[in-house]
Amino acid sequence: MALDADTAGRPSPAAPDQTAPAIELRGISKAFGPVQANKDISIRVMPGTIHGIIGENGAGKSTLMSILYGFYKADAGEIFINGQKTEIPDSQSAIRSGIGMVFQHFKLVENFTVLENIILGVEDGAMLRPSLAKARKTLKDLAAEYELNVDPDAVIEDLSVGHQQRVEILKALYRQAQILILDEPTGVLTPAEADQLFRILARLKEEGKTIILITHKLREIMDATDTVSVMRRGEMTATVKTSETSPEQLAELMVGRKVLLEIEKQPAAPGRMVLEVENLQVIDDQGVERLKGVSLHVRAGEILGISGVAGNGQTELLEVLGGITKGTGSVRINGEEIDLTGKHSDGRTRRHRGIAHVPEDRQREGLIMDFFAWENACFGYHDDPSYNRGMLTDNDAIRGDTEKKIEKFDIRPANCWLTAKNFSGGNQQKIVVAREMERNPEILLVGQPTRGVDIGAIEFIHKQIVALRDAGSAVLLVSVELDEILSLSDRIAVMFDGRIMGERLPVETDERELGLLMAGVDKVPAGVSEVEAVEANLDAAAREG
Amino acid sequence: MDLILPVLDTTVRLAIPLLFACLAGLFSERAGIFDIGLEGKMLAAAFFSAALAAVTGSVWLGLLAGIAASITLSAIHGIASITFRGNQLISGVAINFLAAGLTVLIAQDWFQQGGRTPSLIGGARFETIDLPFAEALSGVPIFGQIYADLISGHTILVYVGFLCVPLTWWILFRTRFGLRLRAVGENPAAVDTAGISVVWLRFAAVGICGILCGLAGAYLATGLQAGFVKDMSSGRGFIALAALIFAKWRPWYALYATLLFGFLQALSLRPDVVELIFRVPMPVQFLDALPYILTVVILAGFVGKAIPPKAGGEPYVKER
Repeated sequence: MALDADTAGRPSPAAPDQTAPAIELRGISKAFGPVQANKDISIRVMPGTIHGIIGENGAGKSTLMSILYGFYKADAGEIFINGQKTEIPDSQSAIRSGIGMVFQHFKLVENFTVLENIILGVEDGAMLRPSLAKARKTLKDLAAEYELNVDPDAVIEDLSVGHQQRVEILKALYRQAQILILDEPTGVLTPAEADQLFRILARLKEEGKTIILITHKLREIMDATDTVSVMRRGEMTATVKTSETSPEQLAELMVGRKVLLEIEKQPAAPGRMVLEVENLQVIDDQGVERLKGVSLHVRAGEILGISGVAGNGQTELLEVLGGITKGTGSVRINGEEIDLTGKHSDGRTRRHRGIAHVPEDRQREGLIMDFFAWENACFGYHDDPSYNRGMLTDNDAIRGDTEKKIEKFDIRPANCWLTAKNFSGGNQQKIVVAREMERNPEILLVGQPTRGVDIGAIEFIHKQIVALRDAGSAVLLVSVELDEILSLSDRIAVMFDGRIMGERLPVETDERELGLLMAGVDKVPAGVSEVEAVEANLDAAAREG
Repeated sequence: MDLILPVLDTTVRLAIPLLFACLAGLFSERAGIFDIGLEGKMLAAAFFSAALAAVTGSVWLGLLAGIAASITLSAIHGIASITFRGNQLISGVAINFLAAGLTVLIAQDWFQQGGRTPSLIGGARFETIDLPFAEALSGVPIFGQIYADLISGHTILVYVGFLCVPLTWWILFRTRFGLRLRAVGENPAAVDTAGISVVWLRFAAVGICGILCGLAGAYLATGLQAGFVKDMSSGRGFIALAALIFAKWRPWYALYATLLFGFLQALSLRPDVVELIFRVPMPVQFLDALPYILTVVILAGFVGKAIPPKAGGEPYVKER
């Protein structure tokens, strides 16, 4: 087996392949203050391959690639491009060395056209006209060569996210990149768009390009890559051939121990109706309709999963149910109407009605990062009699209660006197989850419960959600991770463009069908391929929005 | 016609300092640097141009001194907000106070005339230019009159100001520099990852802003008036900012917006014309207040939605 944590990734004297690696990093280290983001990392990427880099959030993948792209300067270490030792002090030198990068958050000027974005920084001469004309022609050739079709005159903000990503890839190719780095490229794509992306990447590989794919999704690594390097806590723990490894083994390498990828759960036993939502509408500050008449229901003892690409109304759904924004329509808890617009439409009243809310963005809405863990552990419930003595809060009671939560939810470090920002993402999330679940709510609203959370904590949080369901609470789960939705939900509703596109049972559906619904495609019209139907729909939505 | 033409003529002369300042703000804000220090830069330029012109007798040396003063203040704003990533509003406010105080202080110390410069005469002022055939055509009704009275007979800076409009448009939308400048105001990260220096671009924009503010101030003291008096910019920098928002950060709209403000200011100088048109006497105070009322209305967002450059006001910090 090629897995050998000690020698993997190191240059070996007897390399099997005589060609020089497209990229070789030797002993790269980088620290941000006291945090060692990269520790003595060495890696070789052979030309014409797709090389995956996998690791949990904060493992140092993005830092490593930013060093390669000249965005950061490494504290120590050497970079070799095609066997040549290369200094990359800035992005310009990276571009000159043939490296192109597609960042997780696109670096596009949103009110510029595709062409303008592509020539930015590589214009020929001081006048724009000739540069634009040349780019238009080159773009046509590239589009034909790699099936990367984008309207050169479209304005970026009118394009779907998938097409914006194509512009980023075209930008790199226009700069004659031979090495393409993609950082978490599928995070914002529907499954159909992700498939399309991987077809493009395969095509690029055929043409001899070298591709580095950074992701935390095991499935993508298994499907798309030739070799894979695993990072854990700033270190490169292994480099293996993808064909010689398995998701289980990669997960173990990422986390450092065995993990359960499947969630064990019994079939649901839905009871009485808890949450009934009818024709819920939300219009935001800009006057844009975010929810266009959503109806759904959740019973006691069941998990309704809301699937969809981010930004299709899921956030607003959670916020209006949680009492953060106002809306119109009808929402009933245990048959009783709740106030959606008046003075009782606040989070506190919702909590009293048994609605607990784990918000999508825990650092902005779930916690106060500079407050102690014990303070964070009581927010929203601080008026509870058990936390108060007369006019004053009973801090000893709150701390005692927090310590119990810390123990039950295995929050580390187990110290309620640390501020929230001193905990890792997973442990921060556990503080929020513990606070919201410990009251045995009628219904738990939970948004992106495992975003930026390490695998070990994911496993734990999933178990807790299932346990809460088994104890008879209703759960409304919103997640952009299809795997999470499929494995946790008892029923799945898919949102697109502020509407529920359809409801499915997990056993009766698959990623393909859900992926189409996520793009607003209910039925693929005759004579049109699935990808075409998806793209047409997403482009229309982007233009409208 | 005989009533309207003088008002329009005044409109042009009053619009020019606004136009220079508005285009100055346009360059700066399009690059993502908000600049409420236009006022202060104009004032400093007005003083130094008048002072140098008074001392040397050359308006051109005065103009250079005014531009130099304005660029110096721009550089301070640039260092504070680009290099040290400080708050752009605070830096702008500081420049306004600095200019308001220092000009009067230096003027008093230098000329001992109560915080003003001596009146400028002869070559120390910009003379009006009569365009060719203005005299001959003045007899021709309407077109001849417009040419002779409205278009001809301004100082050189007026014509430079109008030429700056197409020039600004051309730079912004037809050149590489303009593309990068607009990009850095919208998404500096895109510029940075394309391998272009965000800092350099923003300093270039702030520098151009300084030159244009210098022209605005010099015109005030050596073209429109004959010398510097205390606080002579009288809020024109802020009116220019309002005009910039009104113009949605576009050069041609900036021309129209500043002409509108110039017209309102011109009206307040000719209450007799207003009375003749509306047949009722308007209080002069109301007419005086009109440009400022319009400024408030625009800044309060009553004239449609204006979307500023997205990265405006935000110092650029690299992030993952």
